[in-house]
Amino acid sequence: MRITCPICGERDRREFHYQGAAVALDRPAPDAGAESWDDYLHNRENPAGPTRELWHHEAGCGAWLVVTRDTVTHEMQGSELASALQEADS
Amino acid sequence: MRFSGLRVLKEGLTGNKGWRPHWRDPEPKPAYDMIIIGGGGHGLATAYYLAREHGLTNIAVLEKGYIGGGNVGRNTTIVRANYFLPGNSEFYSHSLKLWEGLEQELNYNVMHSQRGLINLFHSDGQRDAFARRGNAMINQGDDAELLDRDGVRRHLPYLDFDNARFPVYGGLYHPRGGTARHDAVAWGYARGADERGVDLIQNCEVTGINIEAGSVTGVQTSRGAINARKVGVVVAGRSGQVAEMAGLRLPIESHVLQAFVTEGLKPCIDHVVSFGMGHFYISQSDKGGLVFGGDLDFYASYAQRGNMPMLEHVMEAGMTLMPMIGKARVLRSWGGIMDMTPDGSPIIDKAPVEGLYLNCGWCYGGFKAVPGSGYSFAHLMATDRPHEPAAKFRLDRFRTGRALMDEEGTGSQHNLH
Ligand SMILES: Cc1cc2nc3c(=O)[nH]c(=O)nc-3n(C[C@H](O)[C@H](O)[C@H](O)COP(=O)(O)OP(=O)(O)OC[C@H]3O[C@@H](n4cnc5c(N)ncnc54)[C@H](O)[C@@H]3O)c2cc1C
Ligand SMILES: [Zn+2]
Repeated sequence: MRITCPICGERDRREFHYQGAAVALDRPAPDAGAESWDDYLHNRENPAGPTRELWHHEAGCGAWLVVTRDTVTHEMQGSELASALQEADS
Repeated sequence: MRFSGLRVLKEGLTGNKGWRPHWRDPEPKPAYDMIIIGGGGHGLATAYYLAREHGLTNIAVLEKGYIGGGNVGRNTTIVRANYFLPGNSEFYSHSLKLWEGLEQELNYNVMHSQRGLINLFHSDGQRDAFARRGNAMINQGDDAELLDRDGVRRHLPYLDFDNARFPVYGGLYHPRGGTARHDAVAWGYARGADERGVDLIQNCEVTGINIEAGSVTGVQTSRGAINARKVGVVVAGRSGQVAEMAGLRLPIESHVLQAFVTEGLKPCIDHVVSFGMGHFYISQSDKGGLVFGGDLDFYASYAQRGNMPMLEHVMEAGMTLMPMIGKARVLRSWGGIMDMTPDGSPIIDKAPVEGLYLNCGWCYGGFKAVPGSGYSFAHLMATDRPHEPAAKFRLDRFRTGRALMDEEGTGSQHNLH
């Protein structure tokens, strides 16, 4: 599996740390209530097919990426800088 | 059809013409009292104990593929009761006791072999942790013995004891741990359930769960609708998808775990052995193949195959610990879909939908759990009350934070187990 970092280009999967589903971009407000926080921390879509997830280019430039990847075929379908996505959001 | 020494002899002398299929291949009926989704080890054991312990036989097990085609036929077959935390401790202890009577119970040779399991340690800190684990096992009524270096040497003379980076300090020995023939466990439970009247329906994929006014009424399948007031979801790595059919999101992420087997060799590894400084554990099958594995690949996956980094890690760790296996040729590698929970422990509980029951989250350790899980889940489905040894496997423990069972002590968070 190779992942394309928008900054460094295509790199071996070993350079990256996998964080999981890209839910961290939708963190609930501190006072959102126990239910939202439970859902955010624990419950997952867990799709068989394309999914958006967070990878950290730990042994590279240090950027956090949102990678779209197919969990059935392991095909990489694109990656963006998490910081760019968050700026576009705010 | 019963197995016995006499029967084997008779069949052997008469051309083996008397053996019959071990279970029927029935058409699904329009309705059952209960439906079990998933014909893996846990689903089949649940059906068996529903019939055996609770006299409930109007039951269907719906399997989308074939019996034994899931993780129950893909695992590395290690059976043990060396857990540490309340909840896991009593459950796996109960399950191991069921294992010990399983062959007589099922009249089926599941090749349960209590060859002993040794978890090695390589530092003073690890020794302390294993001593503590061993005490927990003994307190639970199971067996554990802390071996020093010489003690390990007597069992495993072939290790690289003086490895420059990871010398062997000792090991935690669990004599009742061992292995079993994974397919036979599925087949034995399947035959036992079928004999008691349970319909095992293969090539029958559940595609929807019918819910009316908050209660389950049945399921949609690739072979038509089937009604039932109680439905158990026992689909291991596919738990997230089946739960979604009932509008639920589970605390589960599906990951891939790989395993490897070499060509058949003369007997050389008598125990189950695990390395304490890298992800590697090994045993030798009765056919002679060295069966070994390591840790998850650590990314979500439904591919049933893994990637090179974990393969390389496992090979390196194996060579570090026991260089003698270096010349054995690896024949095959494969992967299975693991239903990982945030704390690495399972869930046996009612779902927040009336009539729906969940059995999932077995992570990479659910083979040894097959008898205990089937027994406890059958109890829950039949009586609507949790079975004591599995009472702590609650779905709401993540929300409440109470009684989390994080054996590794790494935190209750996805991707840490
Ligand atoms: C490589 C590897 C090594 C392992 N090693 C060990 C070990 O040494 N010791 C140990 O204790 N555990 C081990 N495990 C874990 C263990 O195999 C699993 O936890 C356990 O088998 C899961 O339960 P099961 O047998 O019921 O699953 P499965 O056999 O996967 O059963 C689930 C069934 O549900 C069916 N299904 C899914 N969706 C649907 C649907 N919509 N409709 C109908 N049917 C459906 C599937 O086809 C499947 O047959 C290992 C796993 C792997 C992959
Ligand atoms: Zn980078």
